[in-house]
Amino acid sequence: MSKEKQSRTVQTTGHAWDGDIQEFNNPLPTWWLWGFYATVVFAIVYWIFYPAWPIGDDYTKGIGNEIEYTTKDGKTVTTHWNTRALYERDLQEARAVSDKFAASLKDVGYADILKDADKSNYATSAANVLFADNCAGCHQPGGAGLPGHYPSLVDDDWIWGSSYEKVEETIRKGRQGIMPGFSASLKDAQVSDVAEYVLSLSGESVDDEMVKRGQKIFHGDAGCVVCHTKTGQGNIDMGSANLTDQIWTVANINTKSDHDKKLVAVKKIINNGINRSMPAWEKRFTDTEIKMLTLYVHQLGSSN
Amino acid sequence: MKHEKIETHAGLLIVLTLIVISVGGLVEILPLYFIDETIEEVKVSGKETVRPYTPLELLGRDLYQREGCYTCHSQMIRPFRDEKLRYGHYSLAAESKYDHPFQWGSKRTGPDLARVGKKYSNEWHVQHLIAPRSVVKESIMPNYGWLIETPLEFKDISDRLRALKLVGVPYSETEAEYEANVERFGEEVAKQLEIINAEDNLIEQAVTNNYDGITAEITEMEAMVAYLQVLGTMVDFKQFDDGYFATFR
Repeated sequence: MSKEKQSRTVQTTGHAWDGDIQEFNNPLPTWWLWGFYATVVFAIVYWIFYPAWPIGDDYTKGIGNEIEYTTKDGKTVTTHWNTRALYERDLQEARAVSDKFAASLKDVGYADILKDADKSNYATSAANVLFADNCAGCHQPGGAGLPGHYPSLVDDDWIWGSSYEKVEETIRKGRQGIMPGFSASLKDAQVSDVAEYVLSLSGESVDDEMVKRGQKIFHGDAGCVVCHTKTGQGNIDMGSANLTDQIWTVANINTKSDHDKKLVAVKKIINNGINRSMPAWEKRFTDTEIKMLTLYVHQLGSSN
Repeated sequence: MKHEKIETHAGLLIVLTLIVISVGGLVEILPLYFIDETIEEVKVSGKETVRPYTPLELLGRDLYQREGCYTCHSQMIRPFRDEKLRYGHYSLAAESKYDHPFQWGSKRTGPDLARVGKKYSNEWHVQHLIAPRSVVKESIMPNYGWLIETPLEFKDISDRLRALKLVGVPYSETEAEYEANVERFGEEVAKQLEIINAEDNLIEQAVTNNYDGITAEITEMEAMVAYLQVLGTMVDFKQFDDGYFATFR
């Protein structure tokens, strides 16, 4: 402590320990003290105007702080200020803008929305954000999908159908993609034969003998045709894949360099089967949001 | 009483300090137990839809805490428009009333998880927990690969339920408690809350749903995914009028 300060007379707290140890009682800085008084005054003012004191099973709601909002169903509520009411009013203000667009999309067919530049612009940009927040976790930003796991939405292969109605149903209800595993019912050699036949459907086979044997099993005992159909083109009502095109959603054939690796990849699917699902979104999204997403997803890939 | 007397008696100083501090605490906390609107009523056709966790979900929640998920993920959607747009309806007090401790958190390094349930498929969660960047390229979440390699330890599940019962979570031990749960939550849920059947219920839920995709054993991943899939799904907001929950303030 500087000499100057020491020389000032400072009060002590008045008691001494061990004979001569005393405690200074310096006054608080004036600015601090007045700041403290100001907070006390602020608190009292706050009690008057905002919800504050509990009384029994109720509490003081504050005066002169009414807030009014209108719910989605058109009910107008006036209440004391609170964060939930403020939230409802924020939503109401947002709806004032978005409802116009939402209403313009209602009862309008998908094709007609696309014809109208304003409507389709609104739907696409809104869906773009929804897609990023909700769908991109699996289908990846942009909808490219994750080979082997989540289907690409930017190609023209649609496991569950490409029509607007089918895409909407997929989003609304979700999908369960199930194929039984055949490791128990088929011998390893038979699985290889079937795999070779499946590869032949998209022009990837090398062994004609295997293909012939595989074809027999595919169309016979194994019952693959039940879902994948006789032509191997699959069935969008069951979500069974089209095996005749070059697009592979699970086995990820296109990244495999040699034929053996391709065969192993297909065999793995036949042995283990598939069990994958897409969640249902109808509880999370409004009808308008589903409509916009359907339009957006359809636009990403489908040509029909 | 002289100031000196308090300052020279440590025991007295402690007692008086505690009294002064607890007045502040009591004034702020106690009324919340009595104010009707603190916890929203969430009933659909007479039954409460917010229920305690099933045994499997509960172990998942315990793993969630063990792994420190709460240090990066909150479970509290605030009543703001932007939060609604990204995560869904704001969190209700009722939704975490059986959480001890609650997992609201205050730090979001990752996204809020209050409504993550049913948003992704089970296999997504499994893959994402093992290797987050394999599905979300920009993610900075660590890998939690051991969850799928470690068998779930559940021999002490009844004790865990009993401990929570002590602090007021309605798991049932007696016939009367079970009947009360049937009245409150319906029979299906009440059965899940019976402490005596905890182990069987846990195994049954794990086998039926097979969250981790492995049939040979019940792994920690099973419990973790079961827990994540139930988060925020107990209230079906489409059953309530828009703005209903704002009336509880």
